[in-house]
Amino acid sequence: MNLSGLEPLKIGPETNFVNIGERTNVTGSRKFLRLIREGLYEEALDIARDQVEGGAQIIDVNMDEGMLDGSFAMSTFLNFIASEPDISRVPIMIDSSKWEIIIAGLKCVQGKSIVNSISLKSGEKEFLEQAKLIRQFGAAVIVMAFDEEGQADNYIRRIQICERAYKLLVNNANFPPEEIIFDPNIFPVATGMDEHRKNAIDFFEATKWIKKNLPQAKVSGGVSNVSFSFRGNDQVREAMHSCFLYHAIKNGMDMGIVNPSQLIVYDKIDTNLRNHIEDVLFDRREDATERLLTLADSFSGGSSKRKKDESWRKMPITDRIEYSLVNGVDAHIELDAEEARLELGAPLSVIEGPLMSGMNVVGDLFGSGKMFLPQVVKSARVMKKAVAYLEPFFDSEDEVSRKNGKILMATVKGDVHDIGKNIVSVVLQCNNYDVVDLGVMVPPQKILDLSIEHNVDIIGLSGLITPSLDEMVFLASEMKRQGISKPLLIGGATTSRAHTAVKIQPVIDTPVIHVNDASRSVPVVQKLLGTDSVNFSEEIRSDYLKLATQYASRTSKKSFQPLEEARKDRFKLDFSKKPLPPKAFGVFTLNDFPLENLRSSIDWTPFFMAWDLHGRYPRILKDEVVGEQANNLWNDAQKMLDLIIQENWLKADAVYGFFEARQLGDDIEVLDKDKNAHKFLTLRQQTKKKSGLPYMALSDFIDPSGDTIGLFAVSTGHGIDEKIKEFESVQDDYSAIMLKSLADRLAEAFAEHLHFLVRTKFWGYAENEKLSNEELIAEAYQGIRPAPGYPSCPDHLEKDLLFKLLNVEKNIKVTLTEHKAMFPTAAVCGYYFGHPDSRYFGLSKIDKDQLMDYSSRRAIALDEASRWLSPLLG
Amino acid sequence: MSQINTIAKERILILDGAMGSLIQDYKLEEKDFRGSNFTEWDSPLKGNNDILNITRPDIIEEIHAKYLMAGADIIETNTFSSQSISMADYSLEEYVKEINLSGARLARKVADKFSSKEKPRFVAGAVGPTNRTLSLSPDVNRPEYRSISFDELAGAYQEQVEALILGGVDILIIETIFDTLNAKAALIAVQNAFSNVGKEVPIMVSGTITDASGRTLSGQTTEAFLISLSHMPLLSIGLNCALGAKELRPYLQTLSAKAPFLISAYPNAGLPNAFGEYEQTPEDMARDIEEYIDLGIINIIGGCCGTTPDHIKAFAKLSNGRLPRKIKE
Repeated sequence: MNLSGLEPLKIGPETNFVNIGERTNVTGSRKFLRLIREGLYEEALDIARDQVEGGAQIIDVNMDEGMLDGSFAMSTFLNFIASEPDISRVPIMIDSSKWEIIIAGLKCVQGKSIVNSISLKSGEKEFLEQAKLIRQFGAAVIVMAFDEEGQADNYIRRIQICERAYKLLVNNANFPPEEIIFDPNIFPVATGMDEHRKNAIDFFEATKWIKKNLPQAKVSGGVSNVSFSFRGNDQVREAMHSCFLYHAIKNGMDMGIVNPSQLIVYDKIDTNLRNHIEDVLFDRREDATERLLTLADSFSGGSSKRKKDESWRKMPITDRIEYSLVNGVDAHIELDAEEARLELGAPLSVIEGPLMSGMNVVGDLFGSGKMFLPQVVKSARVMKKAVAYLEPFFDSEDEVSRKNGKILMATVKGDVHDIGKNIVSVVLQCNNYDVVDLGVMVPPQKILDLSIEHNVDIIGLSGLITPSLDEMVFLASEMKRQGISKPLLIGGATTSRAHTAVKIQPVIDTPVIHVNDASRSVPVVQKLLGTDSVNFSEEIRSDYLKLATQYASRTSKKSFQPLEEARKDRFKLDFSKKPLPPKAFGVFTLNDFPLENLRSSIDWTPFFMAWDLHGRYPRILKDEVVGEQANNLWNDAQKMLDLIIQENWLKADAVYGFFEARQLGDDIEVLDKDKNAHKFLTLRQQTKKKSGLPYMALSDFIDPSGDTIGLFAVSTGHGIDEKIKEFESVQDDYSAIMLKSLADRLAEAFAEHLHFLVRTKFWGYAENEKLSNEELIAEAYQGIRPAPGYPSCPDHLEKDLLFKLLNVEKNIKVTLTEHKAMFPTAAVCGYYFGHPDSRYFGLSKIDKDQLMDYSSRRAIALDEASRWLSPLLG
Repeated sequence: MSQINTIAKERILILDGAMGSLIQDYKLEEKDFRGSNFTEWDSPLKGNNDILNITRPDIIEEIHAKYLMAGADIIETNTFSSQSISMADYSLEEYVKEINLSGARLARKVADKFSSKEKPRFVAGAVGPTNRTLSLSPDVNRPEYRSISFDELAGAYQEQVEALILGGVDILIIETIFDTLNAKAALIAVQNAFSNVGKEVPIMVSGTITDASGRTLSGQTTEAFLISLSHMPLLSIGLNCALGAKELRPYLQTLSAKAPFLISAYPNAGLPNAFGEYEQTPEDMARDIEEYIDLGIINIIGGCCGTTPDHIKAFAKLSNGRLPRKIKE
């Protein structure tokens, strides 16, 4: 059977069990119901997305709820899904017991979907009519084991109804047999009622019968029904689902409606629990239900194996090591490493034996989406600790062989950002790759020389600021020129698939692949170094070629407003509303600002993003998929934040200043304390807009007849190096990365807090402002603080003047690299505009006329100008 | 099995080329489009090529004849936009039936003139995509909004298709599909029309790959597109417009490898130049088409934007005596 969303999905004897995401169902998810009821469809989309990301190959959508207009909700939600390619790439299962809702759904999906479900409930005539209509829409169909007499609740009724339905569909409705899917009713077990004791067995046997006797028909079912009597005990429910599926699949079940991100591996279920569950499923003992109920109590509480349970300490040594790695427990690892060393005789055998196989388990779980990034980083910490413990026992000739390959990682010249690079390094190490990490600001020749010296298999480049993009292009072209043929991985916040395809691939012959998150790094590296690497590289290359041609044809269509015209349609503000000047002009500093005052200003959402956990704070803490991990990460972060504050790990310094300024075209003229004039150059939006809309530049916010501009720079990065070294010396990458990500957050929080102080006190144009933290994050206040390098003013060169006017290097000891990245990295700088109508905007692309104008205003060569502004050019 | 199916087993069938660019060559004015029937019509009609079926049938017949002379086995009716949604732009919704009937009849008349026992000629009723999409919102701020409903679109298609069948077409061709859901609505309309009119004809389906991404405008890959429409017993599935013959090839290979139907292709005459003109010569384009034949991936070949009777002539010449693709069971 072939299905489709934007992409095909084939289901046949050779394919594995198909997961159908169950969470976009108002009867199954209270959260989804609430969102739909409140009309929050866009948030409801996140649930669908999580399902797909969590491994759902089809998503089931159900809007059967008494208070809802089901047809409306179904078509609205499906229309929303159609606008999200990352969700609509999978086929849809239109799930309803109401025929009109099914039809409404069918009218909204372009792909080949599945209707769930029809039955013989109201007789053959209606059944066949419905089947014919479904066939007209080209959908496959789920048939419930249900007839005029009611729902099939034993083996015989199940197979009788399915056989009858099958014959009707194939013979009378011309339905292709491979597109008929039976749902032979999954009913709860362990309910305490005798008539339910055979529910699971009957399902298994009916499945087996259908697969044998009804050629090409498929079997599906809603798995969570089976554990209905254990509501509230997620751990036992998940174990029951896994056991049930394990046996149902053995009997031929093809697909099931499940929560794909909550399936635990059959082998990983506690053996005792598994036996008790199977006693119930197979009705093996009189007292099976009671025994499972009793045992279930000891498993109650949170989902999936999170119980504080020390019984694993009694397992054999290799299992204990695996347990420590998978669960990121470092408390016993040195003890266990020692025990294993004595048992196996050599330290190398411990590393190549139990430690490596444990890390392979971690790699597999991560690869299949069953572990999340923070867990993996913790696993790596355990691994490193064990290796460090074993190292002194090595003989001189012992060399830890990393079997899978060697990868060089570096943040490119002029860039100092390394959180993402470090995460990727850790993840690769976890997967048995040797990583040569060259750190930050690595000159290209050094990368190339060391890649040869270390004989690495792959080179990985990272960068966060825009000039790093050019650095990567340069490095790639040097690789080609110097004849170094190694695959290149590209990652970091400003990098993109498009840039890699359009700018990097053309200058190099070896494979170059954009890898944007840590979880993708492993499969990509595996494929690059695997047996099929040639095909894989070819595939990527042709994808990128397509992307590049597409890009070329697309950008050529982009239409721009000529700069002169755009200037005429500048954003015209009412300058009678401009803020009063501050009490004093000049430059001021705030040194050793108390960190505890910044804590409440932290915006946590980007923190979770840095750890590859996607979702808005605080909602993410309750997220069905990543919530538990987000909570753990959050708790660890709070603990470290306590220490940072109590023990003054970091030093928070700020410098800010207010200057007389006036708008001079697209420039802002600023007077320093000696009344010398300087110019900030701003850039103007140029992509064509509807007539009447302004083309904005930051200079529009400043009054040509005289105004005030503020500047600031903050840092929370001093002191961090010592701590990072401390962590690294004990192989604690987890804490090192945690500290860096917290320092970044504190710098942002400081910028936010300083802005507040500026608005209400230092400049004081909004003395009476009272806003909650949420409103602050939502930027509900008067005035803006855009930062060079960000969407309103992407030009990093502006930092030079900003640093000069505030004397940033002397005042807070932050320096600029040659590519204008700030060091230490936990730093923010920017402008203050106080006008109530000033606002953030995205500059988007600019046209050649503005580039030429800019280069003459900046008095630099056109080449140099286009290098700095390259991301803005078509 | 229909006659055309039998012929398609033996040889490659030739479809005609562009209608619009040939009409342009006549440099028609507003008064030509109005003819004698619409002299007092409130909306301007210039640019409504389909109305010429009523107002200047002589021109449309002449174009059909040129293609038949060039060797086309199948000609498409001049009805690409002849449904009430597109015709609303000219306030001509009430003339939909008449435009389609005339379009079908005049094509029928010319085709029959050329038809012989050795080389029977067929008329395909052209059904275009309309200017609305069921899978995409025209308003980026309201992604769930649709400018038309499935039922409205299916209704409009049904009206057109019934008239085409009554006018005597041999085939229906649902073409330039950029949104598969629109095509589904058309297919449902076709099924309803069959039962209303009491006559069935073979259906050709032809999608459009928007750009080098290899996807339709509504985002589907070629294979997903095929899967989504394979529930109907189609005469053929294929691709037209948007790309030149060379660029279209990989997607045709995908279809050819998976489809249980005949494969059709009628690409543009290359990619447009800077002025939006198609300039690939018949010889150049034929070279690209020959590759289809060498690869054994094609059953029906013709041309879309920018192609002329000379192009079709070149295709007919080069496919003469060559074997068509075999349908995989």
